[in-house]
This record gives sequence, structure tokens and C-alpha cells, in this order.
Amino acid sequence: MPFFELYNYWIFILLMMIGLYTIIASPNLVKKIIGLSVFQTAIFLFFISLSKVAEGTVPVTVPPAEVYSNPLPHALVLTAIVVSVSTMAVALAILMNIKQAYGTVEEDEVDQAEAH
Amino acid sequence: MIRNHLPALIVIVPLLVALVMPVLGRGDKPWLLATLASWASFAMTIVLQVQVSGLLRNPAATPAIISYPIGNWQVPWGIEFRVDALNAFILLVVAMISAVVTFYARLSVAHAIPPERVRFFYSAWLLFISGLLGVTMSGDVFNVYVLIEISALASYTLVAMGRYQNRKALQGSINYLVLGTIGAGFFLIGVGYLYSVTGTLNMADLSTRLEPLHDNRAVITAFAFLLVGLSVKMALFPLHGWLPDAHGYAPPIVSALLSGVAIKVGAYIMFRLAFTVLGVEFTFAKLPTGPVIWLFATLAILVGSYTAIQQTSLKRLLAYSSVAQIGYIALGFSLANENGLTGALVHIFNHALMKSGLFLVAGIIAYRLGESEIGALAGLGRKMPFTMAALTAGGLGLIGVPLTSGFVSKWYLVSGAIDRGLFPLAFVVLVGSMLAVIYVWKVVEIVYFRPASDSAAKVTEAPWSLVFPAWILVGASLYFGIDASLSSGLAQEAARFLLSQS
Amino acid sequence: MRDQVILRVVSKITAPFILVFGFYVIAHGELGPGGGFQGGVVLASAFILYGLVFGLAELDAIVPRRVTDGLAGAGVLLYVVVGLVGIVSGYRFLDYTPLRVTGSESAESWGMTLVEYGVGITVASVMITVYREVSQAGAAEK
Repeated sequence: MPFFELYNYWIFILLMMIGLYTIIASPNLVKKIIGLSVFQTAIFLFFISLSKVAEGTVPVTVPPAEVYSNPLPHALVLTAIVVSVSTMAVALAILMNIKQAYGTVEEDEVDQAEAH
Repeated sequence: MIRNHLPALIVIVPLLVALVMPVLGRGDKPWLLATLASWASFAMTIVLQVQVSGLLRNPAATPAIISYPIGNWQVPWGIEFRVDALNAFILLVVAMISAVVTFYARLSVAHAIPPERVRFFYSAWLLFISGLLGVTMSGDVFNVYVLIEISALASYTLVAMGRYQNRKALQGSINYLVLGTIGAGFFLIGVGYLYSVTGTLNMADLSTRLEPLHDNRAVITAFAFLLVGLSVKMALFPLHGWLPDAHGYAPPIVSALLSGVAIKVGAYIMFRLAFTVLGVEFTFAKLPTGPVIWLFATLAILVGSYTAIQQTSLKRLLAYSSVAQIGYIALGFSLANENGLTGALVHIFNHALMKSGLFLVAGIIAYRLGESEIGALAGLGRKMPFTMAALTAGGLGLIGVPLTSGFVSKWYLVSGAIDRGLFPLAFVVLVGSMLAVIYVWKVVEIVYFRPASDSAAKVTEAPWSLVFPAWILVGASLYFGIDASLSSGLAQEAARFLLSQS
Repeated sequence: MRDQVILRVVSKITAPFILVFGFYVIAHGELGPGGGFQGGVVLASAFILYGLVFGLAELDAIVPRRVTDGLAGAGVLLYVVVGLVGIVSGYRFLDYTPLRVTGSESAESWGMTLVEYGVGITVASVMITVYREVSQAGAAEK
């Protein structure tokens, strides 16, 4: 059945939705950032699963490989992982400043502090 | 020799200077180097525009395309920087606004940011500018994603630096970070689907390979993801939630660059994808992109202007006004005819001048008064005449009064709507102008016609190094309203080029 | 964690091996899996391990703040200078052809190696900086 052959796309969608749900539903800002990380990891899985060729080996020339998996998406994902790590670093720096300024990292407590 | 390498140098010069910034000390050196770097980029974009454009040559010719493969790797396999009529125009806008605002920044940054952080501020500032310049020039969709994220990360940092004035900037920044990253993630998913169908990432190659694939469901999915991702970056109506907090609480020069330039670069990517990569036929004839964006652009104009009227802080009012102005640009985009596209492109130019000028004025007010609540501005018209005159002139431009550049862009938009017989859309543009009258008059009335408030009674005119750049931008918007031949000529050339490509 | 004997001894023994492995991953990037980012993170992990076991003050003693700030910029500067060598010699930006230092086939090898080392140094310094800032904020809390 074609649905189960495309299981990589289903897993990608599932992980992406879990990440988005965590971002929306968590009251704690650190958990939102974790959800963001899950969301981005799902996208990387999508790219890497695109590169797999059935019966493909590694793309080497010695010994010469006839059918090999596509190495380009791996390079793209490496770059995207660097971007993701930098985003997490900036997010955590901002969260540290929020903790310093408000004393809490819970979103509703921060909102309450601003409502006064 | 430099002439041949302009595309690479425009991005490299600010990047290099940004890297040496952290080892400089306190004092004015970071500002000086940042200003020199941004002026160098601006000069190079002017030369590039002259090289590319057909209008500025004598006799007038068709526009050229400059392709610069990085590392000399040939085109479908390597990344190229590709400058054509559309690109060169947007590059000019980005570099021009960056050059003027960086010059303004000396006193504003010294006032708003603690001295030991100033050099890191300018480092992030130059990274932001070089990322935006790179996005505009890149001819490879994945490279666009990487550079969008570089400039976005720098901008999250810059917005968070507003915490020294108002700690709400931190909430605005984290919100902007989460939504911006989700938007860029959606853009990346779209790139992934396009790659899975065609096997290439180069924009010119994608457009040839996508021609027979208009019915492919993966391509339609890719377009949907790309559109949503870019709408987040562009702050188009339902996905604009991050903009008021981020632009409202950031330091004023950061808001000037964010509102004036960063969201326009997002709009530019949408133009590039819809017209060059996917083609007018796919985007507008096969898919209902036109009507969907008419709806969201209309809501952006009406809801943005209406919410702007209710704001009590000047910077948040300008931020909501930006939401409405992006609605105008999206409206021009979705009309997809020559007048509509010319209107959208010339509005990118004009709004960048006006909105950045207005945010610089808000920065002057923050420098003198320490706050930007509209109530506190009472009576400033007599105390700071030049600054308030700039505020009024910029406000008139937002309304679209004839003799300001806002009128030129609205004229093209209304002509584009009427060319397609869509009179309700032309009516929406006029209603937007009327709502703009209300929020601009609200500010002007308080500034000129009320007695001075307590905080306003003690101020004098601001230093010339702050007032002069604000007047350069607002004055340019007035000049290009009276003689729009250069700006609308370049925009029309770009629009014709876009339509001829598909 | 200073009083845990096993942690102290094992981290001091393994730190050099981690550093060598990090440089191996960076240098291997032109031929196989590896490269600047991955190697840089492994390099940083050696220092972070030392900082975790022996404390932040010790880490500051061996890698002062000025060193990481300077190296972070220096790595990317190396990358950009390799690119500018291409422009100055009359080729394109990031063209590796003028780097034919040891033989006519070695241009790409030299180019990629220098670029990967630049990236690796920057990534390592940035990771150490991130660890230092986060744990300093945490220590200040208590």
C-alpha cells in the first residue's frame, strides 16, 4: 500500500506537529524553545529521507560505487543544523535576560508582570 | 577589477567589518567603521544599478543580468549571485537606508545602549545589513534560507537590545524569534519539496525544470509552504503578530531598519519565487493566489490602519502602520499586471524612505524625552520645529497626499486595480488612505495644537547629527513625490522585466 | 565536582584525546564525513568537560575571555581571507585555483582545509563562550 511505503513523510509530519503543538501549548518559555528544536529536527529528517536511494551505498570512488545515495541534502542539513544551533543559543540568551528581568520563565507570569 | 566583483564585495565588506568589531574598544571607532562599511556598500550598489539598468544608459536599452558564480563553480552546481533589474533596485533601497541610518546611529546608540555593549551592537548591526544584502542578490534558494536566517538572528539580538530602555523588548524578541524561526522552517520545507521534484536549487534552473510540472502536487505543496513562510517574514496580515511588539519596543534605529527594509526583503523573495521561479501562469492562473492575497492584503490595510489609530505609543503606531503598508505591497503583487507591480515596487522604495525617516524621528524624541508615548509629545511643535516638520512630512507621505511619494505608489496601485476591473480593491486603497489621515492627524494635532506637557517643556531641538539624516530620508520621500521619474522608472523597468520572464 | 576522583582523573586523561579527535574530524572534512562545524563542537566539548569538572574559574584560567572573543572572529576572518585571495589574484571570490601551493592538484585541498579550520576555530570558541555565559548566569543566581 503506498501509504506505508512513504512512512518517512508521515514521521516528518508527525514530528513537525508535535513540535508545533509544544510551542503553542507550553506555558514555560524553555519548553517552547524545545518544541522549536523538535520542529526543526523534523525538517532535517525530511531532507535526509529525501536523499536515500534504494539499494544505494555511500558515494565513494574507491571502490567505485554504482548506485549511491545523494550526498547533497546531507550538506544542506549540516548547514541547517548550524543555523538551528545558533537560533537555540540566541533564544537561550534572551531567556536568561528574561529570567533576570522578570524573575520567572513562565509565560503567564511574565504577562501578568507586564499587565500591572 | 573591483567592478567585476561587486556582487561579492557588497556582502563581504560589511561582514568583514562586523568580524573585527568585537576586538575594538569603547569610543566611537565601532560607529565610524560601521558607517564607512555601509557607505561603501551603498556606493557599490549604485554602480551595480548603473551597470544593470537599461534606463540609466544612453540610449535606453533592455536591462542586463549580471551573474557571479561563487568559487567559479558553474551555474546549476554552484551557488551564484544573480543581479537583474528587480534585484538591483531592491539592493539600492536596502543599502541606501542602511547607510543613512548607520550615520544617524552614533548618538542614538550611545544614549540607549551601555558603553561596553556598543561594539557588539554594531557587529550585529553589520551582520544584519550584510545578510539582507546577500538575500537580495542570491540566485540559489537554499542560500536565500541561510542568509535570511543570518539576518534574522542578528535582528533578534538587536531587538532584544531594546531591553535597556524597556524590558518588554525581551518578550517582543522571543516572540519574534519563535515565529520567525517557524516561518523560516516552512520556507525550508518548501525548498525541500521543490528539490525533491526537480533535483536542483538554482533559481534559473528551477524555473526551466518546473515548467512542465504545473500539475504536480508536490510543487503545489511547496508553493503553499513557501508562501506561508514568506508571509511570516513579510508580516502579511494573519501572520503579523510578531511585528507590533518587535518593532514597537526595539531601539528606534533597529525599528527603522526592520520596518523599512527587512520586511521588504521578505516581499522581494515572494516576488522572485512567484514570478521567476514558479511563473505567472502557475501562481496566478492555476492556483487562486490572486484572490487569496487580495483578501489578506485588504484585511492588512484595514485592520492595520484601524489598530494604528488606537495606539498610545508612537513606535507601536508606526509598527501597525507598517502592517498596513505591507498590505499595499501585497495588493500590488497580487494584481500581477504592470501597473500593480510597479506600484508595489515603487512603494517598497517610498515606504522604506518614509517609515525609516519616521522611526528616526521617534528616535530623536526618545533621545530628548526618554519616552515615546503620544501624550508626552504635546506641544513639541514649538520646541523642536525641524523634527516635528519631518514627522508631519513623513505622515503626509503615509497618507498619500499629492506631492509626496506615497501618492505616486498609490496612484500606480489604483491604476493597476482599475486595469483589471477590480474597483473594490481601488476603493480599499482609498479607504486605507483615509484611515491613515486619522492616525497621522492624531499625532500632528497633539504635537502642534496642544499646550506643552511637563516633559516637553524642557527640551530643545535635537543635535544636527540626528535631525539631518531624518531630514535626508523624509526630504528624499518628498523629492521623489515631486519628481518620481527615477524611482518609478526603475520600478517600471523591474516590473516589465518580471512580467516578461514568465 | 572537584572531589569526585574518577571524574577528575578520567577527564584529565581523555581531554587530549578529545582534542586530537576534534582536529581529526576537522581535517577529514575534505575527504569524508566531518568538517568544520562538527570538529569545532568536539574541540569545544573537551574544554567544556574540563569546565564542568574543575569549575568555571579554572576554565577562565586556561581559556580567558579575550582569547575566545578574538578567536571567534579570527576563524571567520580566515575563511573570508581565503575567499579574498581569489579576488586579489584575479579569479572569483572563494575560487581555490590560486592556492596551488604544493603541486597543481592541491588547490582544492588547501582551500577546503583552510576554510574548515577557520570554521572549526570559530565554532569551538563560540561554543565555549555559550557554555561560559550560561553557567555564569546560573552561578550568579545562587
